[in-house]
Amino acid sequence: MSLSWALLVSLGLACAGYLIGRRRAFAVAGPDVRRLHSRPTYHGFSVALTSFIAGLAVMFIATILRMTGTLDVYAGPIWGWIVLAAAILGLVWGATRIDSGYKARNAVERMVMGVLMLCSMIAILTTAAIVLSLIFETGHFFQLYDWKDFFFGTEWTPRFQGESELGILPLLWGTLYISFIALLVSVPIGLFAAIYMSEYASPKVRSFAKPLIELLAGIPTIVYGLFALMTVGPLLRDYFAQPMGLGNSGSSVLTAGLVMGIMLIPFVSSLSDDIINAVPQSLRDGALGLGSTPSETVRQVVLPAALPGVVGAVLLAASRAIGETMIVVLGAGAAAQMSVNPFEAMTTITVKIVSQLTGDSDFNSPEALVAFALGLTLFVITLALNIVALYIVRKYREQYE
Amino acid sequence: MYDTTRPETAVSQQDTKISARNVQVYYGEKQAIKDVNVEILDKTVTAFIGPSGCGKSTFLRCINRMNDTIDIARIEGEIRLDGEDVYDRRVDPVQLRAKVGMVFQKPNPFPKSIYDNVAYGPRIHGLSRNKADLDGIVEKALRGAALWNEVKDRLHEPGTGLSGGQQQRLCIARAVATAPEVLLMDEPCSALDPIATSQVEELIDQLREQFSVVIVTHSMQQAARVSQKTAFFHLGNLVEYGDTDDIFTKPQDSRTEAYISGRIG
Repeated sequence: MSLSWALLVSLGLACAGYLIGRRRAFAVAGPDVRRLHSRPTYHGFSVALTSFIAGLAVMFIATILRMTGTLDVYAGPIWGWIVLAAAILGLVWGATRIDSGYKARNAVERMVMGVLMLCSMIAILTTAAIVLSLIFETGHFFQLYDWKDFFFGTEWTPRFQGESELGILPLLWGTLYISFIALLVSVPIGLFAAIYMSEYASPKVRSFAKPLIELLAGIPTIVYGLFALMTVGPLLRDYFAQPMGLGNSGSSVLTAGLVMGIMLIPFVSSLSDDIINAVPQSLRDGALGLGSTPSETVRQVVLPAALPGVVGAVLLAASRAIGETMIVVLGAGAAAQMSVNPFEAMTTITVKIVSQLTGDSDFNSPEALVAFALGLTLFVITLALNIVALYIVRKYREQYE
Repeated sequence: MYDTTRPETAVSQQDTKISARNVQVYYGEKQAIKDVNVEILDKTVTAFIGPSGCGKSTFLRCINRMNDTIDIARIEGEIRLDGEDVYDRRVDPVQLRAKVGMVFQKPNPFPKSIYDNVAYGPRIHGLSRNKADLDGIVEKALRGAALWNEVKDRLHEPGTGLSGGQQQRLCIARAVATAPEVLLMDEPCSALDPIATSQVEELIDQLREQFSVVIVTHSMQQAARVSQKTAFFHLGNLVEYGDTDDIFTKPQDSRTEAYISGRIG
């Protein structure tokens, strides 16, 4: 029996365990259910969970053994049967424990907590695993390539035959430049849209305008990329870059920044909207009651009260801008260069990670491994942004609440 | 049973500050205020009493048009401040609220320093010409609210760091600093402890020298202690209005009598 079948069957066993446990509890109780410490349903759940957890535990051990190479558990059907046996044993053991004094409710409570804890552990451990794999590969890269050239090199020219220049600075510059433009577009528009929605719009306007804005958030970024490639890029080139003599590239930093900014508008606006709505109505009443106009109220009372949250929203948007890939590929191109002209094609860290790993280069060459160093750098940048965001939010919260 | 030792004042000689004629207020389909007529005097404390949901707060919020912020509220009739209808098209609610200040049920200091809280109104209305001027207004308002001695050394700390009673007095100082002609107070002591309450009540008595105060209160003892005129609201009607002493000692309406003796409410 394969493991997946064993899992399915033990789910069935758990259901059976629930019924058996409940019935036994009723039998033990006799005519008076109040003789039991826990209600029969809890006895049922207790048996079901005991059985299922026993099966899962065996399966988990088997997987660990396989991962460490001690045992090839998927080789034979035997492990499926072992899992099943464990589930049956769990069921029997659970069922025999039932008597009027058995605290099934407390046992279920503990098991539920265990399951919840396990789920949060999985999330945390996955993050740790991702970081570790990045760190190992990055270490590998720095054995092949000097870290000073990576962090301070201003040239990005990977070659298949080796002797590549792999300086991160042009990519970092592109990333920050494009993200900056994206924030320049999305923060004012998103924030002002949120202010309009929460402070000025009538419930009727709000009820249809808000979902429309949030619709923007549902568009896949590749579609934004197409919009950048087909519409915004040529438009900027024909009406701005060429007449002003700033170049004739269809893809540019400005294209990607603008489109990415549009992508981030719903993100900024819905986060800010929640935060502004959380400002107590009593503060608005207080300001209005002193004779402030609505805009004075927003500027001097609502926004200062909402500031920490808004800063947090902006930094979260910045993290997303830094990590965005598709819009950059289609909007800004793939040319790694450092320039202040926003109409030039440039590229970002994420785009280069993709292109370094999708080529045919040997996986152990610095040209491929550089992707992990880039990824780790990106991770550190966004982590730092998140920490700063948390710090700001906490600092102001202490002051005002 | 009520404290009537408070000094008698010549109530009848004051001028009318606010006069309401046939005021009706609807929240959607529901009528919250039914045909209220009342004359509120200058330099007098007027108390609105009545059971919960009787419309006293609603009526109070009509006077400075705070109900404008509620979409479904609709107001009919007229409320005149110094003879001018506050619901006239030409009246700017923003200017009206500068003249008719308000203190709310829960202390609501802004997330700013104590100084900036008090300076808020004078700043937006341009009441001071320079920093020294503004400092003077802030100090006067804080002294007026009996808070100066407690906060003079920490004017630049957040107003939200004060205790509840201090916060409410800060809100009163904030309203007073705007130099209003009328001060509306919506249950200003309901979130305060007895000591803070008596401080605020003392303050209300002093404020009467400068302007007209209208206070909504749940506590009949408080109405008896601080007001010269009392209006009793019941189910959206203004049942009885008169000198506070008369309302509490010889009420004309059976509903008023039932309320002050604790049988309805």
